[in-house]
Amino acid sequence: MSSHSPDSSSHDAQHSSADPMIGPGHSLGSVTDKITSLTLRQGVGWKWLLGFAVSFALVMLLMLSVAVLFKYGVGVWGLNIPVGWGFAIVNFVWWVGIGHAGTLISAVLLLLRQQWRTSINRFAEAMTLFAVACAGMYPLLHMGRPQYFYWIFPYPNTMDIYPQFRSPLVWDAFALTAYGTVSALFWYVGLIPDMATLRDRAKTRFSQITYGFLSMGWRGSARHWKRYETAYLLLAGLATPLVVSVHTIVSFDFAVGIIPGWHATVFPPYFVAGAIYSGFAMVLTLCIPLRVAYGLKDFITDRHLDNMAKVMLASGLVVAYGYGMEAFMAYYSGHDVEAYMLENRMGGPYAFFFWSLLACNIAIPQLLWFPAVRRNSKMLFVIAIIINIGMWLERFIIVVTSLHRDFLPSSWDMYYPTFWDWALYIGTIGFFFACLFIFVRLLPAISIFEMRELLETEEGGNGHGH
Amino acid sequence: MATKWDPETYGLMAEFNEPEDLIAATRKAREHGYRWFESYSPFPVHGLSEAMGFRHTKLPLIVLTAGLLGGLGGFGLQYYLTVIEYPLNVGGRPLFSWPSFIPITFELTVLSAAFGAVLGMLGLNGLPRPHHPVFNISEFASASRDKFFLCLQSRDEKFQMQSSREFLESLEPAAIYEVPQ
Repeated sequence: MSSHSPDSSSHDAQHSSADPMIGPGHSLGSVTDKITSLTLRQGVGWKWLLGFAVSFALVMLLMLSVAVLFKYGVGVWGLNIPVGWGFAIVNFVWWVGIGHAGTLISAVLLLLRQQWRTSINRFAEAMTLFAVACAGMYPLLHMGRPQYFYWIFPYPNTMDIYPQFRSPLVWDAFALTAYGTVSALFWYVGLIPDMATLRDRAKTRFSQITYGFLSMGWRGSARHWKRYETAYLLLAGLATPLVVSVHTIVSFDFAVGIIPGWHATVFPPYFVAGAIYSGFAMVLTLCIPLRVAYGLKDFITDRHLDNMAKVMLASGLVVAYGYGMEAFMAYYSGHDVEAYMLENRMGGPYAFFFWSLLACNIAIPQLLWFPAVRRNSKMLFVIAIIINIGMWLERFIIVVTSLHRDFLPSSWDMYYPTFWDWALYIGTIGFFFACLFIFVRLLPAISIFEMRELLETEEGGNGHGH
Repeated sequence: MATKWDPETYGLMAEFNEPEDLIAATRKAREHGYRWFESYSPFPVHGLSEAMGFRHTKLPLIVLTAGLLGGLGGFGLQYYLTVIEYPLNVGGRPLFSWPSFIPITFELTVLSAAFGAVLGMLGLNGLPRPHHPVFNISEFASASRDKFFLCLQSRDEKFQMQSSREFLESLEPAAIYEVPQ
């Protein structure tokens, strides 16, 4: 059962019958109708309404915490002088990391011709966008004077001053805006043919006009498809180094510093691996309930969960290696403050979080080695949530334990997050879910035209049945 | 019909149930001497654009140009602002500290190239264009679901209502429609 080759583009009939990427008995029409019906049906279910209401209430909490923050300043947070970066940066890195799996699924797996990406890519890309939206708030909100945020961009001004391009925080501004924009473009390009499908299936005038407007008059012409596929492939080729560079630049925020525990050259690849790790954990956290709630088990099959769990395991092992290297280099450096940094993580006041981190990110995910665990969606869901927590702890450990005890013992202090730290964090989670709820209601959560394409290739070995 | 160009008709549309049939029909239309025709499918069908005789698109060149401009522009901007426009001693680093300029140069390269890819694709495809004659027949709605279409346009030199209809019938389509202009 677990022995299929990773090359799913081969047309052998075993894939199609024994372990399909798409449920049996589907035709081009039924795939289209199933996915469009999620969007084009009238009204909303009570579960959707409840979920959206809870998320929206948390968006209100977000608004409140932002209002309080703007009125009283960043002092409402638990920051102090040694620990100038707390939850805001921890959550920023956490959210950016979550976003990366979406790009990985949509772009990297496209380049590798992994067809199992098809039923999860739209959803994962949406997740990227909303996670980047959440992440993008923090660099603005954690500024002492957020009203001057635009000074970080180079524009001709009467003061004749410009940003200085040697700071990773300026790089962040470019990386995040580029990443958000390119992800949005990639996502929108992927949506154009599906919007055309919705336009053609829509019953009400309003939705016909809306989807017609959004689909830009797509008519599926062969020349258009050719250019479309070229554009899509090029975008995937561009998004792949982009996703690597973005989390690399985020890791430079730390690695370029002189703080022991931050100044580690292993950070760029290790942050990227961590981003993939947490991103896949979030994709699994979201798609396991989604496929149950919307009856999508024909499209998001156990095989998808299995493959995602494998990628998660692979990236998790790179993360585990990163922890090992961090620890080894701290001792190997012969630098006493570096060595103390590690001692402090293992036995200092935040030791509980450090050991929880190792449990969440290294110990428990080893269960993913077992095919039975990867195929058990309930266990996978629990492990994915544990990894989400673990990856949050990782960022907390890197940011806080490195800062709270560094070179000068007279500048040691503890960081205790306040109510407003938590409110803002929970608020962004609410914002993320509110966006996702709107997305699954208004747009096709699974790429329709790519499912049609997949169906056609899957059918290759079995003859034509539609 | 005496005139080749019928201003009332955009063309004749044949409907097919299978992508293979559309590829075969497209190839025949081309072999038959038709030049102004278009095939429509609900997903990218491999070999279809080749069967139409459409092989190359300028898009990669546009993307490359846009990317190079973005990269050179990004690096040039940083060089100009930090070395020429307002030189500052920041942390004792050299004015032309080029390694620090690479991340932004890279990001702007990717950003411009991505804009080139999307806007280039839309521009070459003539999109957005919400109104198009092929939408005039309601059956065309299934081109975005599960049907495959071949449309011979009336602007084609070879197009004649009678003979073109006969040609399409010889392809054994599921149906033939006249598409009004």
